[in-house]
Amino acid sequence: MTDEEILARIEEHFPGAVVEVPQALDFTIVLRAERLLEVATYLRDELGLDYLISVTSVDRGDEFEVVYHLGTMTDQAGYLVLKVRVLRPSAEVPSLTPLWRGAEFQEDEVYDLMGIRFTGHPNLRRIMMWEGYEGHPLRKDFRPPYPIETDRLIAQSYAESENP
Amino acid sequence: MLKTRTITLNLGPQHPSTHGVFRMVLTMDGETIVDLKPIFGYLHRGMEKLAETRTYLQNMPLTDRMDYICAMTNNLAYAITVEKLAGLEVPERAEYIRVIMAEFTRVVNHLVAIGALLNDLGAFFTPMLYCLRERERILDLFEMTCGARMTCNYLRFGGVAADLPEEFVPQAREVVAGLYYWVDDLERLLTTNEILLARLQGIGILPRELAINCSVTGPTLRASGVPYDVRRAAPYSIYDRFDFKIPTLDEGDCYARYLIRLAEIRQSLHIIEQALDHLPPGEVQAKVPRLLRPPVGDAYARIESPKGELGFYLVSDGGISPYRFHVRAPTLINLTVLPDLVRGLRIPDLVAIIGSIDIVMGEIDR
Amino acid sequence: MAFVSDLFVNSWNWIAVQLARFLPPWAAELVMMFAGVVVLIAFLLFMVMLLTLLERKVVARIADRIGPNRVGPFGILQPLADTLKLIIKENTEPAQADHWVFRLAPAVAVTAALMPYAVIPLGRGMVGTDINVGVLYVVSISSLTVIAILMAGWGGCNKYSLLGGMRAVAQMFSFEVPLALCLASVVLLTGSLSLVSITEAQRELWLVLVQPVGFLLYLLCGIAEANRSPFDIPEAESELVAGYHTEYSGVRFAFFFMAEYINMFTVSAMATIMFLGGWRGPFVDQLPVLSVVYFLLKVHFLVFLMFWFRATFPRLRIDQLLSLSWKVLLPIALANLMLTALADKVAHRAGLSRMASAGLLLGSNLVLAGVAIATLYLVYERRRAPSLSRRYEIHWH
Repeated sequence: MTDEEILARIEEHFPGAVVEVPQALDFTIVLRAERLLEVATYLRDELGLDYLISVTSVDRGDEFEVVYHLGTMTDQAGYLVLKVRVLRPSAEVPSLTPLWRGAEFQEDEVYDLMGIRFTGHPNLRRIMMWEGYEGHPLRKDFRPPYPIETDRLIAQSYAESENP
Repeated sequence: MLKTRTITLNLGPQHPSTHGVFRMVLTMDGETIVDLKPIFGYLHRGMEKLAETRTYLQNMPLTDRMDYICAMTNNLAYAITVEKLAGLEVPERAEYIRVIMAEFTRVVNHLVAIGALLNDLGAFFTPMLYCLRERERILDLFEMTCGARMTCNYLRFGGVAADLPEEFVPQAREVVAGLYYWVDDLERLLTTNEILLARLQGIGILPRELAINCSVTGPTLRASGVPYDVRRAAPYSIYDRFDFKIPTLDEGDCYARYLIRLAEIRQSLHIIEQALDHLPPGEVQAKVPRLLRPPVGDAYARIESPKGELGFYLVSDGGISPYRFHVRAPTLINLTVLPDLVRGLRIPDLVAIIGSIDIVMGEIDR
Repeated sequence: MAFVSDLFVNSWNWIAVQLARFLPPWAAELVMMFAGVVVLIAFLLFMVMLLTLLERKVVARIADRIGPNRVGPFGILQPLADTLKLIIKENTEPAQADHWVFRLAPAVAVTAALMPYAVIPLGRGMVGTDINVGVLYVVSISSLTVIAILMAGWGGCNKYSLLGGMRAVAQMFSFEVPLALCLASVVLLTGSLSLVSITEAQRELWLVLVQPVGFLLYLLCGIAEANRSPFDIPEAESELVAGYHTEYSGVRFAFFFMAEYINMFTVSAMATIMFLGGWRGPFVDQLPVLSVVYFLLKVHFLVFLMFWFRATFPRLRIDQLLSLSWKVLLPIALANLMLTALADKVAHRAGLSRMASAGLLLGSNLVLAGVAIATLYLVYERRRAPSLSRRYEIHWH
């Protein structure tokens, strides 16, 4: 099944769920956060995308992007990128762990490092940092307790010297 | 009426058989495991954050240090992702070299995995050292090519850092021939050992459905009967040119995972032989600006690393360093199934299961 | 020449005579007794050092390494360096430990390990005291070790120690039974419990030749008793860190270490005495000093076997180990005892010559071995039957 067919099926079954289909290297569908769970269930059960490859997140300033890669283990298909955008203050996304248990640790990681809460996750916890740690390191406004700027300076001086 | 109660046992972070600093909180009824809670993060170095402050090329050595047993495949996954993001081409010869290195890395990893598994089972270092001895021969090849044995930092965007030295090909052929012989030798020592069978067969059975649901990949998945291998499902680099087979087993227990690794070593050697036969002359590095500024966008690319599907997700804002650098670490996700596998078994079985899943904490915690 | 031919016994007697010149007889005897104890302990400590070095060298060679080679020529001073290191290390003690139990355990372990040597003949005429219940004494003393291990496991206030201690108790109790039964069939044949008489009884024929099954069973149980691989589960490194001695360091750890090696030596020595003719060997009667050499050679051969197993085999699981003991070794040992008694009686009644009765015993033993292997094979296959669907067939895609 091609990517366009999948998109057509989603739009047919869940009108209004697709926010945008941006131009990207991989075929990407941006979904409404509140519709994510039902669309994902449909994709898994009806369209055979049974393999949740990865869950990650990007800090886009005002909003967070949670990125899912969906694939299949049964035939030689590629994968589909699902994105969900949430505003920074609320930062809540339905968890996919009830569908794919493989999402459990990855959602934990996103929660730990980016601070996005996953509703419906059975055991949301910090897995990389320790309990009680302040802040979420992967956010762009995170200030680490050490002068990370030096790294940036090194990178810039490298840029100036090596690439005239 | 005797009162019994469960005890909580902290296995790790410092423990001989947790392959690094991994902690498991076990709830035990006597020696039987009632529940297990994995706790990671002791080796968390903040790589994903660190990578955002360094240039694309400066991040290459970082990837070496994720799964420190297979630096070459980590390099490969990262290079492929950046090439996809920046739209770079790779010369033919460099592709062959990459395949040779990646498959040698697979052999190295499986040797270490089998050795560590046997060590966990209590075979006092002998099989481990046999495996490490053979691994040394491959590391010699790495050293000859890029100067480093474990943290290779060999691949570059659009090619590799240096061409193979002249004596590489004959020596690689020798190593491959030796390994074929030696794997048979190892099988004679281990595969039908009665104690090994008693310890591994029927232990930690991972059902096919659970494996798929938990996104388990790599040998652990194939031992549960799913013929999924990224090299076949979505060929990257030039894997579509080689003749190789994907082994699977239906049993899904520790012994099946052990057998899969042995079979994969042989297949990797077969691929290396073909690559050495067809190694074309030519350039090994495409013209790529020293300081890469990929266009704005995001890309995900994946390879079949020895431990499973290793993917990088990179977001570029057009600058000199990645805006977001994410690693899909196979062993972290493979560990999802650990509590299900060990419930009702004993500590020795737990140790065997961890050994057979083949984890490395550098990659889990990053 | 006569003096040299039995060097050790003669020098011992000479010292005793010299002492008796200027000491009252009771004092001389007392001094000699203490001297005997000191000499025995020194000999055993030397053996422990030798065994640690040998073990490291043998295992290293099997694993295709060189082994210790830094301290002294070929690393022969390595044990000294290790000892020194252990002695100057701090004796740590957990704050929560049961202090007296914790401190006593190493001493109990070493004492229990040393005591059997009071009755073990190391050569012709070289035995502490020849008591007439030697076998019984050795078996009962060596089960004292388990108390030390339990004390260590409990006293350390560590769950790994406790698990190790529990495992040790279960394992040692289970293996003591078949072990004692194997020794019983030897006692039946030699008609004595004294280790000296048992050695004497093997003047013509080593008992391993009429009791091969008993010998193998004894060796298995002995390895388990000494907690050696593949039965080293009480201190399984990859599971329980260090088992019952997790919390020990310095000299206290050295004590456990010593006890383990002495136990290994004891098991081998007992196997040598009971089945391999003890110190007997060619020309021993003409040149008695050879007896020590023969004894040590045989013991070291068995010890080498243990090293070999350790370097080769993975470890069994505790439940597999216990079922091996109760379901396999114990029935075979019982059958062996009964069959031996029967064959011995038949041989006596029929008035067979020594050689013929030995042949009868050997024959019955071999039949037992065959039946046991066949039964095991059948039972094992049937037990595996439900899992026969697991054929481990690789599918290629």
